[in-house]
Amino acid sequence: MTELTGSTASEVAALIARERRRSGTGMLGMVLTLVVATDERGHYDALRAANDAAMEHPCRVIAVIPRAPKEKPRLDAEVGTAQRGNPGENVVLRLYGHLGEHADSVVLPLLLPDAPVVVWWPGDAPKDPGASPLGRLAHRRVTDAAACARPGASLRERLGELTDGDTDLAWTRLTPWRALLAAALDEPFDTVTGATIAAARGNPSAVLLAGWLRAKLGVEPAAKVSRGPGITEVRLSSARGDLSLARPDGERATLTRPGQPDRRVALKRRTTADLLAEELRRLDADEVYAESLAAAFPEKVPG
Amino acid sequence: MTASSPGSPRRRETPSWGGNPLRDPRDRRLPRIAGPCGLVIFGVTGDLARKKLMPAVYDLANRGLLPPGFALTGFARRDWADQDFTQVVHDSIKEHARTPYREEVWQQLADGCRFVQGEFADDEAFDTLARTIADLDRVRGTNGNHAFYLSVPPAAFPVVIRQLERSGLSAANGDQWRRLVVEKPFGHDLASARELQEVIGHVFPSGSVFRIDHYLGKETVQNLLALRFANNLFEPIWNRRYVDHVQITMAEDIGIGGRAGYYDGIGAARDVLQNHLLQLLALTAMEEPVSFAADALRTEKTKVLSAVTLPKDLETGTARGVYAAGWQGGVQVPGYHDEPGIRNTSKTETYAAVRLEVDTRRWAGVPFYLRTGKRLVRRVTEIAVVFQRAPHLPFTSTETEELGSNALVIRVQPDEGVTMRFGSKVPGTQMEVRDVNMDFAYGEAFTESSPEAYERLILDVLLGDPPLFPRHEEVELSWQVVDPVTEAWAARGKPEPYAAGTWGPSSADELLARDGRAWRHA
Repeated sequence: MTELTGSTASEVAALIARERRRSGTGMLGMVLTLVVATDERGHYDALRAANDAAMEHPCRVIAVIPRAPKEKPRLDAEVGTAQRGNPGENVVLRLYGHLGEHADSVVLPLLLPDAPVVVWWPGDAPKDPGASPLGRLAHRRVTDAAACARPGASLRERLGELTDGDTDLAWTRLTPWRALLAAALDEPFDTVTGATIAAARGNPSAVLLAGWLRAKLGVEPAAKVSRGPGITEVRLSSARGDLSLARPDGERATLTRPGQPDRRVALKRRTTADLLAEELRRLDADEVYAESLAAAFPEKVPG
Repeated sequence: MTASSPGSPRRRETPSWGGNPLRDPRDRRLPRIAGPCGLVIFGVTGDLARKKLMPAVYDLANRGLLPPGFALTGFARRDWADQDFTQVVHDSIKEHARTPYREEVWQQLADGCRFVQGEFADDEAFDTLARTIADLDRVRGTNGNHAFYLSVPPAAFPVVIRQLERSGLSAANGDQWRRLVVEKPFGHDLASARELQEVIGHVFPSGSVFRIDHYLGKETVQNLLALRFANNLFEPIWNRRYVDHVQITMAEDIGIGGRAGYYDGIGAARDVLQNHLLQLLALTAMEEPVSFAADALRTEKTKVLSAVTLPKDLETGTARGVYAAGWQGGVQVPGYHDEPGIRNTSKTETYAAVRLEVDTRRWAGVPFYLRTGKRLVRRVTEIAVVFQRAPHLPFTSTETEELGSNALVIRVQPDEGVTMRFGSKVPGTQMEVRDVNMDFAYGEAFTESSPEAYERLILDVLLGDPPLFPRHEEVELSWQVVDPVTEAWAARGKPEPYAAGTWGPSSADELLARDGRAWRHA
């Protein structure tokens, strides 16, 4: 890592180019810029996860950390190349004073030319990510309701201000569950008449899963509080019996359906890097997420 | 799409994507998970099974793509109990799997591991296999869906297939499916390929037969279709007006290893050129399919393979060689005739090159040079589309002395990606143009995260998704290309020796030199 203090974006850009030349690698392999809006406490873990995800999606990672809002505006930067299998650069920007409100002015000149931009808030996120200065630069905005102080409330906030390209890791965590449930209904099954979701208290993924089932099956899912971790069981009821996918230990699940033997399947909770890698695979609007989020809070939808 | 209104009856007898209310074409996060099923591997003690198939099954499970209750059954001569087999699977996964070892994933697989001991001729063993599978349906819920993977020498195909029929294993009831997976070689010439097809076709309908050419499962090969048909940059010049010639290379640095028994009498043309290289040629030269559905893709491949023509004079239009002792990458290695199990009098070639043409409006007059060999400089597989030189160069000849032909190279392995080669000005006050390479290595450069070909292919078998598997017609057409070459070679002389660790025999260089061209130093 090379450091700059009291710097500007053009100096940082020049340093990136210099570091590139010194390490002898071109920038053609990189496919996107990943901006991590974080803080001093979260940036280490976030950068690790981002660089691990970059094994699959080589990218330039820019961490943006607002500092001491009362100080005079100043930009400090660190630039490093090729971390943890990511051939792209790592840039850490520390924004002092009012500059923290104008992060976009620093990030904009540092984006890869003509490549998609993803902004990720690993912790608390602005109320309206799509309208925030960094969010406006992005094709995709990734929040994580589970990492916010009040998960349920922050999901509800998202709904009001949803922009195309918004997504939440609470939704990403559901993909293996949803995949198994969808595959289970690829097999003949009676009309689903009800659903029950058991999860740890306040689990935002369970709220989204209920929204998805409500939107797709037209049932009113009942919520049960369990000890976790995360979601522990999803049960779909029909006139001929229940289909259940239960994961009490956060690792292995059992699929039960009427008249058939129990089937075991690995269903481990995934790392942040895995979740992020899944997010980076698709950069267009996730309409199914939008629908499920809306259906998760039916009282908020007008009409 | 199918958000069924509550209360409306929604009964389905056969599963289909459209009928499942949880499936939504816009929901592209959801992977395709195979329905309840099991996989039976014959020849489970072999290298392929241990190094590729079992690890691929584990990697699929680890990626959450195998159904709950999946069962893996091994069949071999070895006197093993289920636990011994489970241990072998465990060891092969630990050593060869691409994704990290996870205990809970392993447990999911281990519970469904079974082993059946027996000879292929042994009726009793196949009856045991039938009972094992019925038992799996009962305790694991594989629901009568089973794929049979023949990882055995081709000579054993007919007996295994007849046994599958006799024991009732090949017959599926109602919604169930039974599928057959065979590895190349699909015969050793046209006549034997037809015989094999007769045996297979008698027992399994063509839609249930999956012929594995593992090259077609590689990301780059699929990327070739994206490169050609998703872009507007390449297709306009992908024809005889701009392309000078095409070189398709599959080079190996290893010798025949322990495969003497299989390889001798087969040779490079039948082993590699007939399948891998002609499939790559088909994908490179074919017209745009109307869709990427299996039938549309195969139609185009069949068309282009039927348009492939051999040189009139097979003497000058082909080259063959056999590796002699030499130094390969700093190691002294024996010649082919010194390998254990190979006789001095063997006429088998370990290098084959051929000049083909594709008789279509798009490709008339453009030669396709195909080459493959063992003990070459290094391991590389690539498709190089070499373009004509600019019709007029507004530079002096000294300025462009170092300028070659533009080329687009699709690197299939080991370093998957695409390279573009073009002329660029050398920095300085003088005008001097020299070739430079522009590289693209998206994702594929990071082999750890790029799925193995066998993962994709096994998953496609379990899903019943056939686009990446060659159809019998393609196999026949390919033999029609290769048969005259191997017959001409059998009729005269012996392959020309080349030193191990070089780019092959001099006759192969002459083959291109006669056309005023040269092989790439891939």
